[in-house]
Amino acid sequence: MSNMLTSRNIISGLFILALLVALFVASASPITSLLDWQSPFLSRCFFILMVSFAMCLFRLMRGPTPADRAVAIDTMGILIVGFCAILSISTGRGWYLDIAIAWALQSFIGALALAKYLEGRGFDE
Amino acid sequence: MNNIIGYTFVVLGLMFDIIGCIGLIRLPDVYNRLQATTKCVTMGTCSILFGTLIIKGFTATGLKAFLCILFLLLTAPVAAHALSRGAHISGVKLWDKSVCDKYEEDK
Repeated sequence: MSNMLTSRNIISGLFILALLVALFVASASPITSLLDWQSPFLSRCFFILMVSFAMCLFRLMRGPTPADRAVAIDTMGILIVGFCAILSISTGRGWYLDIAIAWALQSFIGALALAKYLEGRGFDE
Repeated sequence: MNNIIGYTFVVLGLMFDIIGCIGLIRLPDVYNRLQATTKCVTMGTCSILFGTLIIKGFTATGLKAFLCILFLLLTAPVAAHALSRGAHISGVKLWDKSVCDKYEEDK
């Protein structure tokens, strides 16, 4: 663990941060014109969540084992809770968080069912 | 002032979300990927919901966000643990540079 802070790791971390800032700045025009939101800040946040959702979809397609796909599905459920929170800030409507709570519950039960399927047991044991 | 603090928490949560998803693509193994995406829950989405709580204050919306944070903090580690246990039982191999496997030794 003594080589955690080598120059290569620091440079790659700075590269990822610069990529995030560039994504945040460049994502203004497509989403604001598409959805016609009032706040450009929150539309950029929505765009970044969409990019991470696309990464989860990539792992869902490419995953070598079924366990990878189960992990990707679990992460997608968590990202949808974040979508609901940002929509609730942007539109000022409280019932989006009701959807978020219900989706968190559904994602939890789905993850447990996928885990039982991976262990090779039936659903009634 | 509340808006500035709340939006700071939202941006922090977005950073954790997208870095966790980069880890989901980039890391070599099921267990490493699970370790990256669990941060996506506890720091990412819970931070976005905490920003919602700060922006909205203690109204009905803010209390719903607080309930959602509590529920996620209780259930997400349980789900991740069950998924990793299921992956280990179903026979997914570790990465070949992994150091130790205590769960295999205990069996």
